[in-house]
Amino acid sequence: MQYHTPASFEDASKIAAKATGITRFLAGGTDVLVQLRADIVTPDTLIDIKHIDGVHDITRNSDGGWTIGVAVTGAEMTEHADLGGDWPGLVEAMDLVGSTQIQGRATLTGNLCNGSPAADSVPAMIAAGATVTVSGPNGTREVAAEDIATGPGRTSLAQGEIVTAVNIPPRAAGGGDAYLRFIPRTEMDIAVVGCGINLAVDGDTITAARVVLGAVAPTALLDQACADAIIGSTLDDAALEKLAAAASAACNPITDKRGTIEFRTKVAGVLARRVAKIAYERAQAGGAS
Amino acid sequence: MSKIHVTTSVNGDAVEFLCDPRETLLDVLRDRLGLTGAKEGCGTGDCGACSVTLDGRVVCSCLVLGAEVEGHEIGTVEGIATGEELHPLQRKFIEHAALQCGVCTPGILVATKALLEKNPDPTETEVRYWLAGNLCRCTGYDKIIRAVMDTAAELREAS
Amino acid sequence: MSLDDVKTSDFKYVGTSPDRPDGLDKVTGRAKFGADAYAPGMLHGAIVRSPHAHAKIISIDTSKAEALDGVKAIVTRADFATGLTGSNWNVLENIMASGTALYDGHAIAAVAATSPLIARDAVKLVEVTYEILPHVTDVDKAMADDAPIIRAGAADKSVPEGLHPNVVRYHESGHGDVDAGFAEADLVIEDHFRTEATHQGYIEPHACLGTLGGDGKGEMWCCTQGHWNVQKLCSALLGLEASQLRVTASEIGGGFGGKTVVFIEPVALALSRKANRPVKIVMSRSEVLRASGPTSSTSMDVKIGMKKDGTITAAKGVFRLQGGAFPSAPMEFTAMCAFAPYNLKNVKQIGYDVMANRPKQAAYRAPGSPMGAFAVESVIDELCNKLGLDPIDVRLKNASHEGTKASYGPTFQRIGLVETLEAAKAHPHYTAPLKPGQGRGVSCGFWFNFGGETSVTLALSMDGSAQIVVGTPDIGGSRASMALMAAEELGIPYENIRCTVADTASLGYNEVSHGSRVTYASGLATIKAARAAVKILCARAAAKWKIDPEAVDWVDGCAVPSGPNAGDFEPMPIARICASMGRTGGPISGHYEASPEGAGVSFATHIVDAEVDPETGKTSIVRYTVVQDAGKAIHPAYVEGQYQGGAAQGIGWALNEEYVYGEDGRLQNDVFLDYRIPVASDLPMIDTVIVEVPNPGHPHGVRGVGETSICPPLAAIANAVSAAAGVRLHELPMNPPRILAALEKRG
Repeated sequence: MQYHTPASFEDASKIAAKATGITRFLAGGTDVLVQLRADIVTPDTLIDIKHIDGVHDITRNSDGGWTIGVAVTGAEMTEHADLGGDWPGLVEAMDLVGSTQIQGRATLTGNLCNGSPAADSVPAMIAAGATVTVSGPNGTREVAAEDIATGPGRTSLAQGEIVTAVNIPPRAAGGGDAYLRFIPRTEMDIAVVGCGINLAVDGDTITAARVVLGAVAPTALLDQACADAIIGSTLDDAALEKLAAAASAACNPITDKRGTIEFRTKVAGVLARRVAKIAYERAQAGGAS
Repeated sequence: MSKIHVTTSVNGDAVEFLCDPRETLLDVLRDRLGLTGAKEGCGTGDCGACSVTLDGRVVCSCLVLGAEVEGHEIGTVEGIATGEELHPLQRKFIEHAALQCGVCTPGILVATKALLEKNPDPTETEVRYWLAGNLCRCTGYDKIIRAVMDTAAELREAS
Repeated sequence: MSLDDVKTSDFKYVGTSPDRPDGLDKVTGRAKFGADAYAPGMLHGAIVRSPHAHAKIISIDTSKAEALDGVKAIVTRADFATGLTGSNWNVLENIMASGTALYDGHAIAAVAATSPLIARDAVKLVEVTYEILPHVTDVDKAMADDAPIIRAGAADKSVPEGLHPNVVRYHESGHGDVDAGFAEADLVIEDHFRTEATHQGYIEPHACLGTLGGDGKGEMWCCTQGHWNVQKLCSALLGLEASQLRVTASEIGGGFGGKTVVFIEPVALALSRKANRPVKIVMSRSEVLRASGPTSSTSMDVKIGMKKDGTITAAKGVFRLQGGAFPSAPMEFTAMCAFAPYNLKNVKQIGYDVMANRPKQAAYRAPGSPMGAFAVESVIDELCNKLGLDPIDVRLKNASHEGTKASYGPTFQRIGLVETLEAAKAHPHYTAPLKPGQGRGVSCGFWFNFGGETSVTLALSMDGSAQIVVGTPDIGGSRASMALMAAEELGIPYENIRCTVADTASLGYNEVSHGSRVTYASGLATIKAARAAVKILCARAAAKWKIDPEAVDWVDGCAVPSGPNAGDFEPMPIARICASMGRTGGPISGHYEASPEGAGVSFATHIVDAEVDPETGKTSIVRYTVVQDAGKAIHPAYVEGQYQGGAAQGIGWALNEEYVYGEDGRLQNDVFLDYRIPVASDLPMIDTVIVEVPNPGHPHGVRGVGETSICPPLAAIANAVSAAAGVRLHELPMNPPRILAALEKRG
């Protein structure tokens, strides 16, 4: 295994483009090192991107949106004074990933690029409408968060391409987001079902919503029927029931060591209801801090 | 396979070592630097027995490569006491019988010390969630939590 | 005073909770556990393991691994002793397969190399050709007619004819006429229960460092609950003389029964013999879960008859335990413990030991007892519900007491079950109001506690301080308890005593630290050794005073004349006697070797409140109280710790821990991420009540406490969850999918 510490994304991309065998980028390492240790994936080329300028920064842009560096840890997101005010759901979702120790290392970008359908931060990112900036041999492109993972452990990134930043849109007034997951313990488990919702209200009426389910399909599911179930409503019981039914209907889960098809399908609806209520309360409370 | 030369600081001491790129910080601490206080309970970041601080932040040393710590500051359980004087947490863990086998203790002490530096007045729930990544199979956590709460109270009184 | 008096009150040191002698080392990181030993020239071993649940080993090609730079030795079964029989053969077969891989994770070969990374790389280069065989991992399926046979001829003579060859042992016991008893009952409930296998889950993986030369002399350092057993097994498996192998027990990072046997130790020695260098092996967590430990999975039927007033008229249980691919499931313990809390006229219990393609089960904290209690106490709870009776009152009505003929045969001496039930009933927890969605459960539990071979030496120093040498690894603070008991006997402060766990070359034979025997047996031996030393101390004072040794008493660390007739002498303190020991007859020590048989059985009653989320089936344990008879709590804080630890492990077992096997027979959850032991945020504080009904078989009244604490939780939690959910749960773990399915079925 060759270990590299490039000083720029350009260099990182060049190393990756030229590499043969398996290449991995190393930020927090909380997936890469687990796979290495367990002999699941031993990269031939490991590119540590933490020496690149700006990767540790959380920046509020002039339009009110946010740029999150690819080596920013979950703990740094949680500790940030303002990010959680705008995007509490996203910050909480990232905070749910692993333990205190994992939070000291794990990153949004890593959580996204690991390609796990159960990644906690991914439904929240997609619900938020986040994009990532991708640089590679053919230039730079901006990709919606939902278009990165293509299946368990697989992404749409080409050889030599690297995510250089996560872009979170501005939080408009009257917006709110939330994320919950179901796990059997209180901590340390992988989501059996996850749900992230970002919505906007005008008065008491929901005007826009993005509902995303995790761990119930090969990738996180951005589901329009779930959104339609609550858009135009005041999140009354009927809307919540419709949302729950739509969420359960959207599921395409598997039975595995963490949960059954029946369980995931049922609980997806339960979580969607609970998450919508929190996001709605936050939106009504005003959205942007 | 060529080895990587790393210069770092462990418990305030300048340290140099050579390591294979696949070696973890835990491997390096234990097998190259003779610091066996950090334990490997799982190797997958799930048990916290290998907890150390990296630039003041608690991490699992099994999920950090040795090569990554170039220029950083590492803190381990061996650095918690000051000379012969135990840190109050260490003293309280003994007094409260907060350890049985003691193999999770180094990781729990490292993690807890970081908590109390960040939050001197944690609630029981905050302590429990902060330590959720530090598995203990012997105690049921009861006496650990009591020792941490008591230490926090003592430190608050002293400050 | 007679030195053999049993002392049950007026303790000065016993019953206090001083700091542990190994505390400083353990909070500073310098305590040496299994993996913390290094030796000059040391190699690192790693083990090739079967990825198949059941497969014939066609060939093992080690040539590519041997060619790797840094590889110094490779061993297979051919490098171990031949001609073994019985349990030694089973242990060898488990740690290194011969012709057939019997479970996912079964060891096939091992390599030693100059670094851990090279050893791991070499493992991947060992080419094993398998012929995959049909497998079975479920206990009921393993007993079915069409189950693949794991090993023909493994059954012993106890097994009735007509059963599948995978049923390898059978047990039946009880008394009275259960059919007549059921006929007398107003209500009879019969139900079926299942529990999945769980792992002991010690945080320290197995680790050892071994050296063995061609001269048959060896050294072994390892984390174990019993190093004499390691000596015995390693020497048998390698064809050595036991005394030529010196075994030292490291500090042990948890065992709970799982470190009572050997896995990697003989392998390290075989590699060392071949490479002529020390070899260290450390298991990964995945190896620990796949190839060490777990407890049995079970399938059980329990039938109990009760009168309207709560009297149990008859009880019958059938307990089927799967113990892996070897005869070893502790089904007789399940059967014998299941009904032990109750004074029954008619009782019958049947046990089956069933083999399946899983790792050889190892003891786990009161092996076998918690599962049987789960089934029995669930049925009693259901009877109480149906008859409108208070669960503690019913248990009190039927409780075993002194003179009861136990369900498993003997007549109980003085026991403390009634006292635990009364204390539980009086505890504020039992009558505290419950919130909506919460339920309360109660259960009793029982464990025998063991004695076993025990040797202790107590030596006095010139300054009057004392050193105790024991041979039972300290798995829960026992060195402190030994020092307290010795302090009590010698009349010197706790701090003046140091207790050390000796290696096998330094003391007589000691049975493993299991069966909750250490504070009982090593404690008894420590007390007897101290009393032997005191006898010498008194004799030295008597010689100085020129009076009869019988006329000297030992009081508060001093020799004193036993009465006015003995003479008028100032008390002679231990330090003064010891200072002159060289001139007055030589060094002063006491020792004791025996297999004490008075281990008092112990009982516990647990109360637990659980809250179930009706929409997800997720359970939270909101309150927990352990009430248990300790006989005498030598170090109460450590006794509490045992109670709390047992409860916590029971909570994990009841709710989320389980071995999950895929269709392919491979273990699916071989990491702590998915083998879900309780984390700090999962648990409430765990209240404890120490009941003390002295054990007449121990000089200070001690009963073992370590294991009984895991006997009631499975049932207590099942009863609480069933109350909260409004539906009876019959299968462990009661994980959210299972509870949600039960809730949906209830409607």
